[in-house]
Amino acid sequence: MLSQETVIKTHNLTKTFGDFIAVNAITFEVKAGEIFGFLGANGAGKTTAMRILCGLLSPTSGEASVAGYDVYKENESIKKHIGYMSQKFSLFENLTVKENIEFFGGIYGLSRKEIKEKGNDLIHRLGMEKEAEKLVGSLPLGWKQKISFSTAILHQPKIVFLDEPTGGVDPITRRQFWDMIYEATDSGITVFVTTHYMDEAEYCNRVSIMVDGTISALDTPNNLKHQFETDSMEGVFLKLARQAKRGE
Amino acid sequence: MKLFFAFIRKEFWHVLRDTRSLIILLGLPVMMMLLFGFALSNEVKNSNIGILDLSHDESTIQLANRFDQSRYFSVIKKLTRESEIGEAFRKNELRMVAIFPPNFQDNLSHNKQTQIRFIGDATDPNTSNIMINYASAIIRDYQNEILGEQKLLYRIELESSMLYNPKLSSAFNFVPGVMTLILMLLGAMMTSVSIVKEKEKGTMEILLVSPMRPIMVVITKAIPYLLLCFVDVLLILLLAYTVLDMPMRGNIALLLAESILFIFTTLSLGLLISNLVNTQQVAMFISLVGLLMPALIFSGFMFPLENMPLPMQIISNLIPTKWFYSIVSTIMVKGLGIEYIWKQTLILVGMTIFYLTIALKKFKIRLE
Repeated sequence: MLSQETVIKTHNLTKTFGDFIAVNAITFEVKAGEIFGFLGANGAGKTTAMRILCGLLSPTSGEASVAGYDVYKENESIKKHIGYMSQKFSLFENLTVKENIEFFGGIYGLSRKEIKEKGNDLIHRLGMEKEAEKLVGSLPLGWKQKISFSTAILHQPKIVFLDEPTGGVDPITRRQFWDMIYEATDSGITVFVTTHYMDEAEYCNRVSIMVDGTISALDTPNNLKHQFETDSMEGVFLKLARQAKRGE
Repeated sequence: MKLFFAFIRKEFWHVLRDTRSLIILLGLPVMMMLLFGFALSNEVKNSNIGILDLSHDESTIQLANRFDQSRYFSVIKKLTRESEIGEAFRKNELRMVAIFPPNFQDNLSHNKQTQIRFIGDATDPNTSNIMINYASAIIRDYQNEILGEQKLLYRIELESSMLYNPKLSSAFNFVPGVMTLILMLLGAMMTSVSIVKEKEKGTMEILLVSPMRPIMVVITKAIPYLLLCFVDVLLILLLAYTVLDMPMRGNIALLLAESILFIFTTLSLGLLISNLVNTQQVAMFISLVGLLMPALIFSGFMFPLENMPLPMQIISNLIPTKWFYSIVSTIMVKGLGIEYIWKQTLILVGMTIFYLTIALKKFKIRLE
């Protein structure tokens, strides 16, 4: 499943806000088709790093490319090849499920026909035929998150960025959500995900843990557990996070 | 281009589905027009007055009737003693009292001279002034009638004409005013609130990671409001013409073009606000207090600018409503063309460019 193609590549990527170093010289690579877990305590710099990779922020120094495009110069091109879903809500509450799909399909340049086909397919797969005409605001959170993820990958992006996609969602829905993530990787999409749930970290192919703006550890979950001599990702995380000097 | 329309369509869905903003957008102009047209008027109509008639002869009865019949006054109280006047004013029963002294007709026909005294309640000085003017006019008419054909040695005839608005209809003043205020309020407030709402809910981030250019994201958000504000202009003009009998003397195409320009001004102000604040409440607060208040005070619609102290007159030049108000009343009421308003137009163009430049610049900085 994993190819050798690198879709995200950073070298000493740094972002400062005034005196504050939010992201401090991080270097890593993500391979195509991988599920890459991006962990860290609140305030560790995850969101800032993710925003740089999505083309929302310009880095202060260092290098980074996403889907082969440079984050400094080609951020508009990056945007065409990624999908994005955030913990804060990613759908419009006063549009119906269908209208949301049409809108996101539209802004990612799908044709009317594609939107219709893919939209129907998506609604069918989620089993939401009855809810298609309902306003998103009236649906339960778990459903919203599933629709949100589905619209984020509707245009078959190379990479999808998920910023705590399962925050506040029940365990069953979370499990189903991860099934959807696996399906997405099967179709060749690379997944870059941040989470606070350590069981979800176990589902990732590789995990990086950020502490105070730097990447303190990066490996497969099994190797990390071995390296830190503990039997769970939670153990690994706690050992690293305790070193943090920065507050929230 | 397809992108562009996807955005605009989405924004329309937002507006049309949100009953609250729809009511504000379409209900507010109608409500304000009707309120100003029928309820809030500074015209004097059927004001309650009292008459203290101490002679009670033919002339004074005639005069009292004339007061009662005029559309400005209605005589609701006949007083009998001077001491009752104070009481009537204190109870707020009367706005004005006319006093005819004893032997009114005798003095008039034999001594060729008599007096009438008006007492007005000047708690509201303007109204009281207007009432006394109307009352004096009634007396003057009466006097001219009894003078009849008699030749006087010297006589100055007074003839005044009220240009552009001979009936002194207040619609001529408030229609341009309401239009200015509505556009200012809706253009700036609705746009800024709708953009800030996306920031607040986090959906702005989603729009910004999309392939749409950030500036286009903002522009597409403003376009539906441009259209809706334009609908409001049409609505106000229609109401003015049909319900309030306000004539449209100038070129309607010119007026509509100027309106679009002013909508651009207010939309760019809205964009500017949305870049400075992060919550809907603050955006609304700034639009209401920071924009509507000065717009109201400095438009010249309610308070004459010439009477303001110099510093305030200078400030008034910075407020876009002043210029638009002047444009609308010049076109609608005076029926003049672009040669009389090119200066105001240029100022509005300049202001729009200025606001838009800062707004877009700020927007970029925020993204960096």
